Amino acid sequence: MTRIIKYTEAINEALHEAMAQDESVLLFGLGVDDPKRIFATTAQLVERFGSERVFDMPTAENAMTGIGIGASLLGFRPVMVHQRLDFFLLAMDQLVNNAAKWYFMFGGQKSVPITIRLVTGRGWGQGPTHSQNLHAWFAHIPGLKVVMPAFPADAKGMLLSAIFDDNPVIVIEHRWVHALEGEVVNGDWRIPLGKGRVVTSGDALTIVALSYMTIEALHAVEQLKQDGIYCELIDLRSIQPLDWELIFTSVKKTGRLLALDIAATSFSVASELVARCAIELFADLKCPPRKLALPDCPVPTSFGLTKGFYITAVDIVETVGAMLNCPVPGAERLRAAQTTPHDVPGEWFKGPF
Amino acid sequence: MRQHVVQQWQGNIDLALLHQMKRIRQIELAIATRYSEGKMRCPTHLSVGQEGVAAAAGTALTFNDLAISTHRGHAHYLAKGGDSSRMIAEIYGKEGGCSRGFGGSMHLLDLEIGFMGSTAIVGNSIPVGVGLALAIKHQQLSKVSCIFLGDGAVEEGAFYEAANFAALKRLPVLFICENNLYSVYSPLSVRQPETRKIHQLAASIGMTSASYDGNDVKACFEGISHHLDSIREGIGPCFLEFSTYRWLEHCGPHYDNHIGYRSEDEFLRWQALEPIARFERQLLKNSMITPPEIALIDSLVTKEVSAAFTFAEESAFPRPEICSAYIYK
Ligand SMILES: Cc1ncc(C[n+]2csc(CCOP(=O)(O)OP(=O)(O)O)c2C)c(N)n1
Ligand SMILES: [Mg+2]
Repeated sequence: MTRIIKYTEAINEALHEAMAQDESVLLFGLGVDDPKRIFATTAQLVERFGSERVFDMPTAENAMTGIGIGASLLGFRPVMVHQRLDFFLLAMDQLVNNAAKWYFMFGGQKSVPITIRLVTGRGWGQGPTHSQNLHAWFAHIPGLKVVMPAFPADAKGMLLSAIFDDNPVIVIEHRWVHALEGEVVNGDWRIPLGKGRVVTSGDALTIVALSYMTIEALHAVEQLKQDGIYCELIDLRSIQPLDWELIFTSVKKTGRLLALDIAATSFSVASELVARCAIELFADLKCPPRKLALPDCPVPTSFGLTKGFYITAVDIVETVGAMLNCPVPGAERLRAAQTTPHDVPGEWFKGPF
Repeated sequence: MRQHVVQQWQGNIDLALLHQMKRIRQIELAIATRYSEGKMRCPTHLSVGQEGVAAAAGTALTFNDLAISTHRGHAHYLAKGGDSSRMIAEIYGKEGGCSRGFGGSMHLLDLEIGFMGSTAIVGNSIPVGVGLALAIKHQQLSKVSCIFLGDGAVEEGAFYEAANFAALKRLPVLFICENNLYSVYSPLSVRQPETRKIHQLAASIGMTSASYDGNDVKACFEGISHHLDSIREGIGPCFLEFSTYRWLEHCGPHYDNHIGYRSEDEFLRWQALEPIARFERQLLKNSMITPPEIALIDSLVTKEVSAAFTFAEESAFPRPEICSAYIYK
């Protein structure tokens, strides 16, 4: 049985499923039981599972992460949530020095099965400290798993896998996919961590996307198709572990790689994709791989300054055209169809958060 | 050169305090009224209801003193003497903004009057404020570093670490903690032990501390002035806790008593204690102010509000090309 539900509902469903199934699952974070319920993702949980298992917390990100780690050592599976990734930066010590290494530094005796949900902001002036994309930092730390689902089904399936994984897993949700609807399987339905997905297949070029970039890429791929260009779009879904086999198979077939990212370009996941493909598949490449990501610049606040800051479907279409050395009228069509202001994902988003 | 509000009123503290509060209230309400036009496109935390504390602090501090603040920083910026036109332009994301459109509502700065910045991560301007005090002490200046913070911020490790250092080194720091009972929608009861007061916690860290009714602007002013004198005499850091109440939603322009985290009753109780009308009544009753003086303050405020929004509307958006201009000096 499947149903069409929103991304936020898919997250909510995964939490209900996990908490119903296993009493050791705890949920805490600023606002998990408040009227807004973390963009509705934690709806009805405190009512159903009680305030011993679902609770608000002091504004103390670092210590609360450590407290989650401690509880996990005695068999709990804490899920923590932060309404912006940026707030979680206070917890880098507990995450990096403890969670990521506990299993390793005590010789494989105790692992830390915690899940940390982080929401990435964008638009409406979220600015320098409310819209940072630092997934590459987390992926750089051995011992952490990092997933960035773009679609409701993946959000549910991967969050469930994350909660029942015996390692620390960071789940990054982009604010702009929160309202996205899609088909989701009922009940305990899991997607293994570390697996990417071919969203559309094609042989002209491989586009590897993650999180919200997958949505922009989908628009681009559809336009390109109308112009007779068939791209293979891969949604990474998980960046640590990363599904290299899926990427290599596709790039071998197409000979061309365009890596997309929602973070600053340098030292990004896109950089790693380009590097590994260049090293492993040098002979298969028909043109230099390329990456499209954000400027190496903090995110400004002003509506004026964010114009052109983010990568859109138009940029993707034009880059594909440049890599294939062919005209892409789709870019113009996309430009003409752009009606919402550049700093909101759609009419549903009215700010301020 | 800008004139400190006390000079503006020839040393009449009462008029200065009333003017400060009304100015903050009207600017904040104008933002709330116009927010739905969609031109102020950034998360915006208003201080309606909390004007008393900011006004008292801004009036007691000199332009020579420094201040640093939080996500809810408009009132602090304005009370310190910050330029309202440049603040509104900043919220509009315009190049005439006090941070040139790079920061928005949560990143205000006005160096000319010693407002050293406000930041959006809870607790994270506290150590910076202590650092300002360290520099002040090294330079043997008589300035004070004033750190505005909320009741939620004392839960962050950075608060303990910075307060401990300030106490250790007896730094000239004035902590102004506005306890408005909430962090977003979370009441104090789910965040801090019920019987322990924030100002007691501060005292046990080794700071001089006291608490005040934050809606009694005159008492706040006198308390702050007294502690500023002690700090200037070298007593070390002082931590003052003020009880107050935010009228509007945590972030944004609306009233939100209906959504369930607090009651309409509680709101009405606090609204009845509100700092501005209460002070105005008191001054009138004691013949400390005349109706024409009130009218003068009101008209100054109206003019300032309208000038600020005109400035913001007329200022241009910064060009996207300059985005990378300020990554490194
Ligand atoms: C480290 C961090 N955690 C969480 C947030 C989200 N947040 C923004 S304002 C706020 C409330 C802080 O409460 P308080 O210090 O009492 O200030 P108030 O909003 O009441 O003025 C929170 C939790 C944040 N900005 N930074
Ligand atoms: Mg508060």
